[in-house]
This record gives sequence, structure tokens and C-alpha cells, in this order.
Amino acid sequence: MKELKVQPIKDGTVIDHITPGNALKVLKILGIEGRGDSIISIAINVVGKRGRKDIVKIENRELDSNEVNKIALIAPNATINIIRNYEVVEKHRVVVPDEIIGIVRCPNPNCISNSKEPIKPKFIVIKRQPLRIKCYYCEREPEMDIASLII
Amino acid sequence: MNFKGRDIVTIKDFKKEEIVKILDVAEEMLPIAHGKEKSNLLQGYIMASLFFEPSTRTRLSFEAAMKRLGGNVIGFAQPGTTSIQKGESLADTIRTAESYCDVIVIRHPKEGSARLAAEFAAVPIINGGDGAGRHPTQCLLDLFTIRREKGGIEGNKIALLGDLKYGRTVHSLAYALSLFKTEMVFIAPSELQMPKEVVEECRKNGAKLSIKNELDDVDGIDVLYVTRIQKERFPDPEEYEKVAGSYRIDMDILKNAKENMIIMHPLPRVNEISPAIDATKHAAYFRQTFNGVPVRMALLALILGVIE
Ligand SMILES: Nc1ncnc2c1ncn2[C@@H]1O[C@H](COP(=O)(O)OP(=O)(O)O)[C@@H](O)[C@H]1O
Ligand SMILES: [Zn+2]
Repeated sequence: MKELKVQPIKDGTVIDHITPGNALKVLKILGIEGRGDSIISIAINVVGKRGRKDIVKIENRELDSNEVNKIALIAPNATINIIRNYEVVEKHRVVVPDEIIGIVRCPNPNCISNSKEPIKPKFIVIKRQPLRIKCYYCEREPEMDIASLII
Repeated sequence: MNFKGRDIVTIKDFKKEEIVKILDVAEEMLPIAHGKEKSNLLQGYIMASLFFEPSTRTRLSFEAAMKRLGGNVIGFAQPGTTSIQKGESLADTIRTAESYCDVIVIRHPKEGSARLAAEFAAVPIINGGDGAGRHPTQCLLDLFTIRREKGGIEGNKIALLGDLKYGRTVHSLAYALSLFKTEMVFIAPSELQMPKEVVEECRKNGAKLSIKNELDDVDGIDVLYVTRIQKERFPDPEEYEKVAGSYRIDMDILKNAKENMIIMHPLPRVNEISPAIDATKHAAYFRQTFNGVPVRMALLALILGVIE
């Protein structure tokens, strides 16, 4: 039998190969707070074939891949595995979307997106590998780690 | 080429042919801009001029441009007299203003404000400067000035001097000049040099570039574009004086200048150019200021769709 680093689940979604240390941010981006009744388990810094990674398991819920793509910002190598009856029935890698809306804030204090305006911060993806984004409003490229800008 | 209804947020909103088209139309506007011919091309149109930040040239020349073409202007020159004082958002101010006009010109201290305005307004938005951000009409009038003074943009050797790091208008200008076949020299102290991305982008567009720290001579230069070095950039006032002093344009510097070299400056100037220069044939900055009118006339006429 295949070795599982986490307890097997019958049905649900496994997000694998998350950049180590970012599992909690992934849940935050997905808006999963554990208030519903699905069981969520998190493994942080597990050693996999390709080095360390985080894993998130969500039972009884199949996440839509479009929605999950939002996490590509902070976990570009993540894979989404849909589990049915203990088997992986679908697997795909996350892809960085063209636009990132309402997930990261602009670090430029003089940017209009940081004022009290009825808008969500918005970024345009300039390059995927390595990831480069620029603010749709002030057009500046954040110089710091994107994970630190998650709202 | 279609200009009608378009927002003008950054110079990058235009392809090279579109820039050329705007400059061509501006050329035709000259007699009207000078007041020698009368026009009612924009009769019945209203431009809202929303200036959240002080401006002399941009505001006056936009208003003059609209009125020279027979149009009307509403708006404010400082937000103190409006509901913005009570905390009204920019989005709401824009939604209000657009119900009274056909086009909005906005100057606002926050970067990206013109983009936000464009999202909320159905009428076209023209960015009249957004903070340290973009100022596309300044860029167009600079190009227009070079073209008029030198008979064309292509083939000139253009030096950009002063604060090349923080002034984003000078970034846009460098980008726009790189679309035309020009040679550029960036002259600035190393802490105020042109950012790498801008240099790379200009090179990619095929511009011939050189980068210098000293204004030692202006030999071979056709256009000397001077920008202000701001005091705030220097923690030490003495250091500022020293740096600013070494980039001052005076009669001495002009000794080796080409006979027909022109000096440009977006104004206001503080000490960058000695007043003695004003009387020389090199001084193009007041004509540059005037050029704001025909260029803005051209833009208004094109985006309101009365000229194609
Ligand atoms: N029934 C299950 N319950 C929980 N996790 C599972 C289950 N089946 C597979 N996984 C996990 O989902 C991820 C993808 O599985 P798999 O496709 O078999 O491996 P890999 O992507 O490493 O080739 C792995 O982290 C694996 O541990
Ligand atoms: Zn921004």
C-alpha cells in the first residue's frame, strides 16, 4: 500500500506540495475557517520526495479548481487532488490567474487602493515564473515577499 | 485608430501611431490655440476639471483648451470647497461629476487615482497627474515641443537631467522617446539615476542610451530636458545644495552647446536654470508651456469624437 503522510480520507480535497510554512495562509486565502462541519487537517513541514512541503486535507468538500488557483500566489507548486472513495480521481496543479483581486494589498502607502474607496485591491500578473505582479492602480511592483501582503 | 470615449491614464495607453496622430491634430490646432482663429468645435460640451491638488499649468491649459474650442468648464481647483472635505470618496465624487459633464480631467495626490476614476465613470477620464504617478498629457506636450522645435522627434540626441529616479513623468518621457528613433543620455547623481526597469524597457524599444553622473558638457546634444531635484530626497540639506548646484544650467554650460540646442523644463523651476538663460534662443520652456494648449485641445477633440 502507498504510504500516506496524513490519515486517509474517504472523500474530499487534498492540497499537496504547498510551499512549506504557508498552509495556514492557504486556508485563509480560500476563506476556510473551520466553522462549517467539514474536518480539516493540516500537515506542516512534512518531508516529501522533493523536500519539505505542507499538506491540507479537507473532508467531504471538493474544491473548485478556479477558486483554488488563488493560492498559486503563495504556493505555486501546489497540486489539488480530489479524493473519492479513498482514491485520487482528479489531480491538477494550480495556475496563477491573470488577475489577483482582493487577496493581496498594495504596499505603496500612497496608492489609491489603500484609501477608503469602494474597491478591492487588484494586481495584474506580469510574469509567472518567477512570479511578478503589479498593482492595477499605481502600477508599482511590490518589492517584498507577496505572502507578507496577503490581506 | 479610434479615440472616442477613451480614458487617458498613462502614455502607455497609446501606440506610437496614435501619439503621432495626436501631435498632428495638435499642429492643426495651433492658430486656434494662439487665439488667431476662433472655433466652436466643442460647443455644447462640458469638461469637468477636478483638481484635488494645486496646479497652474495643467489646469489652466486644459481649461483654456476647452474654452478655445467653444466648450464649457465646470469644476474646482481645490477640494476644500467641496464635499470631499466631509470625507466623500473619490469614487462618489466621480460618479457625481460625470452626471454633469462629457469628459473629466483629474489631478489627485494618490497614485492610481485616475485609474480608479476611469473604473467608475462612463465618460472619458483624462489623467492630469496622479501623485508621483503618471502625467500623460505632459508627456505628449513634451513630444510636441521637441517635434516643433527640432522639426521631428527621430534622430535627436536628448539628455534627461536631474531627478530621474523618482519623477515618473520623466520615466514616461524616456519610454515615449524610445518609441521614436532617438538617442538618450541620462544625467543624474547615482542616487537619482533612471531605474533599471526603465532603462531596460527603453533599450528593448531600440533606443541608444548612455548614462552619466556629471553634467560636464552638452556637446552634441540637441535637447536638454531639465527636471527639478527635490530637497526632500536628501536627508542632509548641505548635500542637497551641493548636488543641486552641480546640475544647475548656467551660461557657462552653454559654451560648447550646439547652436540650436533647446532647453526644456516641465516647470515650475526653482534654481535649476539660471534666469539669464531665458533670453537665449536655447530656452524653449515657455514655448513648451504654451504647447500644453494645442495638445490638450487635440486630445479633447479626439476623445469627444468631434475629430477622427
Ligand atoms: N485517501 C486519501 N486521503 C488523504 N490523502 C490522500 C489520499 N489519497 C492520496 N492522498 C494524498 O494526496 C496527495 C496526492 O496523492 P498521489 O497522487 O497519490 O501522490 P503524488 O501527487 O505525490 O504522486 C498526496 O499528498 C497523498 O498523500
Ligand atoms: Zn498600488
